[in-house]
Amino acid sequence: MQFFIDLLTVSDSTLRLATPLLLACLAGLFSERAGIFDIGLEGKMLAAAFFSAAVAFVSGSVFLGLLAGIAASLALSLLHGLASITFRGNQLISGVAINFLAAGMTVLVAQSWFQQGGRTPSLFGGARFESLDLPFTNALAGLPFLGPIYAELISGHSILVYLALACVPASWWVLYRTRFGLRLRAVGEAPEAVDTAGISVVGLRYSAVMICGVLCGIAGAYMATALQAGFVKDMTAGRGYIALAALIFAKWRPWYALYSCLLFGFLQALALRPDLIEKYLGFHVQVQLLDALPYVLTVIILAGFVGKAIPPRAGGEPYVKER
Amino acid sequence: MTFMKKLLGATTALVVGAGAAIAEPALIFDLGGKFDKSFNEMAFTGAKRWADETGNSFREIELQSEAQREQALRRFAEAGANPIVMAGFAFASALETVADEYPDTKFAIIDMVVDKPNVRSVVFNEHEGSYLVGMMAAQASKSGTVGFIGGMDIPLIRKFACGYVQGAKAVNPNATVIQNMTGTTPAAWNDPVKGSELTKAQIAQGADVVYAAAGGTGVGVLQTAADEGILSIGVDSNQNYMHPGKVLTSMMKRVDNAVYDAFTQGENLETGFNVMGLSNGGVGYAMDDNNASLVSADMQAAVDAAAAAIGAGEITVHDYMSDNSCPVE
Repeated sequence: MQFFIDLLTVSDSTLRLATPLLLACLAGLFSERAGIFDIGLEGKMLAAAFFSAAVAFVSGSVFLGLLAGIAASLALSLLHGLASITFRGNQLISGVAINFLAAGMTVLVAQSWFQQGGRTPSLFGGARFESLDLPFTNALAGLPFLGPIYAELISGHSILVYLALACVPASWWVLYRTRFGLRLRAVGEAPEAVDTAGISVVGLRYSAVMICGVLCGIAGAYMATALQAGFVKDMTAGRGYIALAALIFAKWRPWYALYSCLLFGFLQALALRPDLIEKYLGFHVQVQLLDALPYVLTVIILAGFVGKAIPPRAGGEPYVKER
Repeated sequence: MTFMKKLLGATTALVVGAGAAIAEPALIFDLGGKFDKSFNEMAFTGAKRWADETGNSFREIELQSEAQREQALRRFAEAGANPIVMAGFAFASALETVADEYPDTKFAIIDMVVDKPNVRSVVFNEHEGSYLVGMMAAQASKSGTVGFIGGMDIPLIRKFACGYVQGAKAVNPNATVIQNMTGTTPAAWNDPVKGSELTKAQIAQGADVVYAAAGGTGVGVLQTAADEGILSIGVDSNQNYMHPGKVLTSMMKRVDNAVYDAFTQGENLETGFNVMGLSNGGVGYAMDDNNASLVSADMQAAVDAAAAAIGAGEITVHDYMSDNSCPVE
């Protein structure tokens, strides 16, 4: 029974930690499937985290904050699009620039706005996403196993967690069951074919980059206004890069993105509880090893030991019309 | 030509003379930033207090990257600033090189020992302050389990942890202290999300008072502790105000006093080893309106008695950094 309770707390933590990864991973998936590599996920999340917290604090409404976060992330996305689609610049360099821009700009604006050391004031009340108690929590509480699972694991998260989970089937449906999705995938594999069919490559790529911006915006807002009550300098702490690793691990597919983010989230959650590993496995595991595992696993996948990770064929290449 | 030379020489002498006359002290903040509501801001507070009292000005710079350390030191030394105070242990290697190049400039480094004739090394007895808040944590705890969340896993933070455990065990020998470090890279100082999760994990293990010595990560720890209805302990500066009635106390590290002292002594800065402990007001615990209801008169009396005993040398708190080990778990 104790094992069951421990498992529940770790799973609960897994879900919270995996949500920002999942949103960022899906964001990267849309962008990269359309042929635009995006290592600026981190910067977009950071900008969204700051603007969502700042606007939520000033307006007192977390939903306005969410919108502001999405808008900030979208603005950076469009900048990335402008640099890499319209001006055909190097996508990696543009991404790095966005990361630097966001890291510096958020602290600068926060300092001149709130004078709290590059931090927003603490959010409270309606300026934060409260955890959502799903219906029937009390009715099911009496059931063995199912009751606690429902109450602890499934219910009691912020609405953005459910939104992130819902994004997985939605992304799959958009990418594999709609005309837009087919074209979006095609533009990442063979943009010349899409162009020949008379469809705008530039338009498709811009829309992919904008979807990416919206999802990153939600991820950043989730961290600053749901997991936390405010923005702290560099608070994304490399999650954008872990999301990229998860994207490679998932081989650019939506459902696998869910699994890989849950796996990475689980490893992070496990690293928080070294006592449990010792209790159930009987030996001591260095938490650093668990922290490094997502990267190790990604390298293994990239090296081709477990199937092959093939990125979209036209990824990273600006499209130039033939004359 | 000679006239020109003379003129140039006179100008140079004037410039040098002017530089020597001002000899402003300088303060270099570490990567955490000047307004981090913690370590660097305390340093700034001390410098500002000096400036307000004396009416003089001082130079300052906030570092943006690791590579700027030497550059910033050299620039201030070249500009004639004296003394140059740097807030943070990470300046050690840069100072090792620069101190020799400017033998007439006095330097003060906080939180680290650099053995040079023109350097003042200010270290704090964080283990003594942590011992006191450890005692308060064990007294306030109902479950007998208290937590510690450190930032980056370095000996300095283990020193905090070790003092805290000793204090908790001094009050309740059966107390359980859960210890977690946020990470092993500098990102661990700014990961409030992980700080929150660590706090939740410690609560799941029964902790009802959590001490955060983790920079920006601590913001997440204090927030989650307040949300989940347990007590927390802040660090470096007085963080009681962040969640009134939910932060038990803060372990104060009087970086401001260290900077103020250095600036006051000015160019005649006394170099060598300078220990700021309980006896000379270098560390302590914070009491104000925000936590008055949480700390009973008994608790405060016990802690004050222990502080006096440590100051008088009757109680010795083990310093983790003296032998890189802690006698208690």
